[in-house]
Amino acid sequence: MRWLHQYTKLLTVASLVLITAGGLVTSTGSGLAVPDWPNTYGYFMFSFPLSKMVGGILYEHGHRLIASIVGMLTIGLVIWLARTESRVWVRRLGWLALAAVITQGTLGGLTVLYFLPPLISISHAGLAQLFFVLVVSLTVFTSPGWRAQYRRPHPLSDRTLLWLTRVIPFVIYCQILIGATMRHTDAGLAIPTFPLPFGLLIPSVWTTGIAFNFAHRVGALVVTVLILATVAHVLYHHRSVRTLARPALLLGGLICLQFSLGALTVLSQKQVYINTAHVAVGATVLVASVALALRVHRMSFRDAEMQQQQHEPCIGSAPADSEAQA
Amino acid sequence: MQHRTIWSFVLVAMLLVTSACESRSDVAPVSVVPGSATGGGGGSGGMGTSTVSGTVTIEGAAPMAEVIRMNSDPVCVQEATTTDTEYYIVGEESTLGNVFVYVKEGISGTYPPASETVVLDQKGCRYNPHIFGLQVGQTVQIVNSDPTLHNIHATPAANAEFNTGQPIQGMTLDRQFDQPEVMVPFKCDVHGWMNSYAGVLPHPFFATTGSDGAFDLSNLPAGDYVVEAWHEMLGTQTQNVTVGDGETTEVSFSFSVG
Repeated sequence: MRWLHQYTKLLTVASLVLITAGGLVTSTGSGLAVPDWPNTYGYFMFSFPLSKMVGGILYEHGHRLIASIVGMLTIGLVIWLARTESRVWVRRLGWLALAAVITQGTLGGLTVLYFLPPLISISHAGLAQLFFVLVVSLTVFTSPGWRAQYRRPHPLSDRTLLWLTRVIPFVIYCQILIGATMRHTDAGLAIPTFPLPFGLLIPSVWTTGIAFNFAHRVGALVVTVLILATVAHVLYHHRSVRTLARPALLLGGLICLQFSLGALTVLSQKQVYINTAHVAVGATVLVASVALALRVHRMSFRDAEMQQQQHEPCIGSAPADSEAQA
Repeated sequence: MQHRTIWSFVLVAMLLVTSACESRSDVAPVSVVPGSATGGGGGSGGMGTSTVSGTVTIEGAAPMAEVIRMNSDPVCVQEATTTDTEYYIVGEESTLGNVFVYVKEGISGTYPPASETVVLDQKGCRYNPHIFGLQVGQTVQIVNSDPTLHNIHATPAANAEFNTGQPIQGMTLDRQFDQPEVMVPFKCDVHGWMNSYAGVLPHPFFATTGSDGAFDLSNLPAGDYVVEAWHEMLGTQTQNVTVGDGETTEVSFSFSVG
């Protein structure tokens, strides 16, 4: 089980690399540098010569190669879970992750074949985040800490924290979708000034691009306030619970970084690496909020697991450290 | 094993397509000479003996050409004969090149597409010509003269978008546009600095200025016209022109910077 957890960590890192590579494709405008799919300039994907990976092809084909690696790692995870994981719902999550990565690859291909239509490109960006959430959730679920229920009771009675940690991932995801819409409709600089749009609190002129851009800025404020409020709440009420304080602090640090990157993206006129870092850190903020939420809600999972174990026998190859012994 | 068989078929199919493309390159292309009206046509639209000619100039100092960094593809670094941007081609006496001048309004009747093939060459990781015109239905042959990969991505608004790869030197692609459109942008997503524009018109009365800024719209029927000059950075200017039979009317356009 320990190695399974290490494997999910590897998949988490690979997924973040994949999202970053995808961000680079968009930031460099290389989405159509390889016009065909699933082949690359007529070559079978894995036989495309390295010497020809130049210009935009480096980003687009590199993204496809990393995506293939993530896809294969996900297949490996599903097999591993099927052979060793006793919890049915965890195995099902693995299958869901596989379905997500396959759909994701198909969306990636379709968006190339149809010249990057915003709807497909935004769906591709949105599903990437959901896949990342699934992978990180599996990493949490297979962790020794989760299995040991973090060694102490968690504050189920803290309704404020429960509410905040339920709401925040959803709000962040909406914010990411708005950002993806802005990105794939080329509205990133529709409001070219920061912090105030055109020197005003509210823009005096409205276009679709300005609306998305303004919504993303408002969303950034909402997310930042919610996260900082959560961090303050955790540090005030649960400072001694390291399993909560640490991810909360991480989340607080990440949102500060993300806010700064958003500002720099505008001020630098969408400099490629800053713009891409904004995408990558945004994804990290989302999964950090999910990880915190899962830890806060650990007891709810325990109850569900106990109920399930009363109804379902463990699979034959279940390891000795199953939840029943935790 | 089954997948290997499928991919083998795909590879064989690609080889066949590639060889088909190469064989098409045997067709001798006719190059467009920038600064001159191209095409022929005739038919019910009719050709005349009038000419609208003139010069395009620029007021103020044009921004200096920027150096394009091509080091994302070593082949481009090796093949490029120039690395300057082509946005502002300014000649002596402030004449302005790469301006597309055409009759925007006043042409009546229809003109069949010219039979000549317009060539858009990718050489030294640049498009040549950078600005050009062609008629609706006329063939543009896109050639990869570089020993590196290019993709040709046209992003028109009125015509159909296309994006085709040319991984092999010498490959050609023939396309036509079925709707008038000024301008149709072309770009290479592999080499982000490569771009070109085509003016697609239903008649043959257009020209692209060279560095001398001169244009010549000849064989026009006598009449009243709106003539437009288009520059990729400086926008458009229009003028009303009246030209009689056998006459030449001089028109000048002056774009100002900043």
